[in-house]
Formats: sequence, C-alpha cells, structure tokens
Amino acid sequence: MLILSRKVNEKIVIGDNITISIIEIKGDQIRIGVDAPRCVKVFRQEVFSEIRDANKAASESVPVLPKLKLPADKRRK
Amino acid sequence: MRIMTKFLGETELDEQRKLVFPRGLYGFEQHIEYALLEAEPQPFFYLQSLSDKDVCFIVIDPFLFRPDFEVDIESADMELISIQEPKQAAVLAIVTIPSQDSGLSLTANLQGPLVINRETNTGCQIVQNDPRWKTKHDIVAELEDGRK
Repeated sequence: MLILSRKVNEKIVIGDNITISIIEIKGDQIRIGVDAPRCVKVFRQEVFSEIRDANKAASESVPVLPKLKLPADKRRK
Repeated sequence: MRIMTKFLGETELDEQRKLVFPRGLYGFEQHIEYALLEAEPQPFFYLQSLSDKDVCFIVIDPFLFRPDFEVDIESADMELISIQEPKQAAVLAIVTIPSQDSGLSLTANLQGPLVINRETNTGCQIVQNDPRWKTKHDIVAELEDGRK
C-alpha cells in the first residue's frame, strides 16, 4: 500500500480524473472530499456491510405479510 | 419450468420471466437467478432464488409508500443491466418483516434498492449515497406520514 502524508487543503490525485482533498481534521475524524467521474463508485466501506446485513435480516423475514392501507390511487386496479 | 419456492411450494415459472442478477445481491453473491412472484396480500412480491429454495426476499414497490423516492444509479450499474432510459427500469425495495414478538416494525431498504431492466429481465442491487435513504424505512409509519 502506498502511504502518503497530507495536510489540510492538500490533495492526492489518482489517475487522470480522481482527486482526493483533505478538507478538515478534527480529533480522530477527517473530512475528505472526493472528486471523481460518475462512473467511479465512491462509498463509505460500512455501507456495503450495512446492506449485506440488511439483506441477511430480510432473508430471515417471517412470511406474515401485513395488509397495507394504501391511498386509493395506489391500490391495484 | 417447475421451481421450488420457500413460501409457495412448487410452482410454474415461464422461463422468459426469469430474472438474472449478474452480481447477485450483497451477501448473496452466489444467487444469480430469481423469480418475481406475486405474494398475497399485494402489494408484496417474493423474489425467490432459483438456486436455493430457502433464499427468498419479500419486496415492494418503494414509490407506494415514498412517492418522493429517488434512485441515483451509477453508469457502471446502468451498463451492467443495459439501461439507457428510466422507463426501462423497475425499482423494488427489499422488505424485512420481523417476528411479532420482537416489537420491531416492518421496514424497507431504500439505501440498497433493486433496479431491474424490465425489457431484458436483468437486475442489480445498487447502493445509494443520498443520506435520506436508509436501510430501514418504517413502511406503515411513512405511509401514514404521506397521508397527512
């Protein structure tokens, strides 16, 4: 792994069109700005485990489907 | 084709209607093929894995309880399921129904919705960055909020 030291307002450039900026450092928290094209996915790593956990919980649902009180215009014709 | 399901026993599926999730779902990467089956009562559906009858998700059209819902799909995901324009896409949210004694509510995951190309029957689970969309939206409460 490449390890770089950066100060607030300094940046890291990855490839031709990704820039990482160090916006703010407060205690053990760092605010980071990511400038990347739309085709590059940028997510907090925890998001994936949250969605994985949500899928796992959903797959263990009890099959007792409630009757929803949908507004009249949303009911199935 | 005959398929085995978790909640509906053995049933018939028109092979043309088979859904393919090339990447699987998060945590269920090995399950690629699914059937979308009507559940009773509506508006719920079952997303039944065709490779394991015990893997079945309950899903709902998220716009039914959140008309303001928005899906921001990355271009890589659009390419994966060959979507060029919004009208090709159907969106579903995975529902979690906790056991009654848990005291928890019926929730839907709007942070990780499913987007399906209805012309090619391919789909993927996407991840949304918008902080409005979370993994647990209380469906009944938000339906009532929408009525106010």
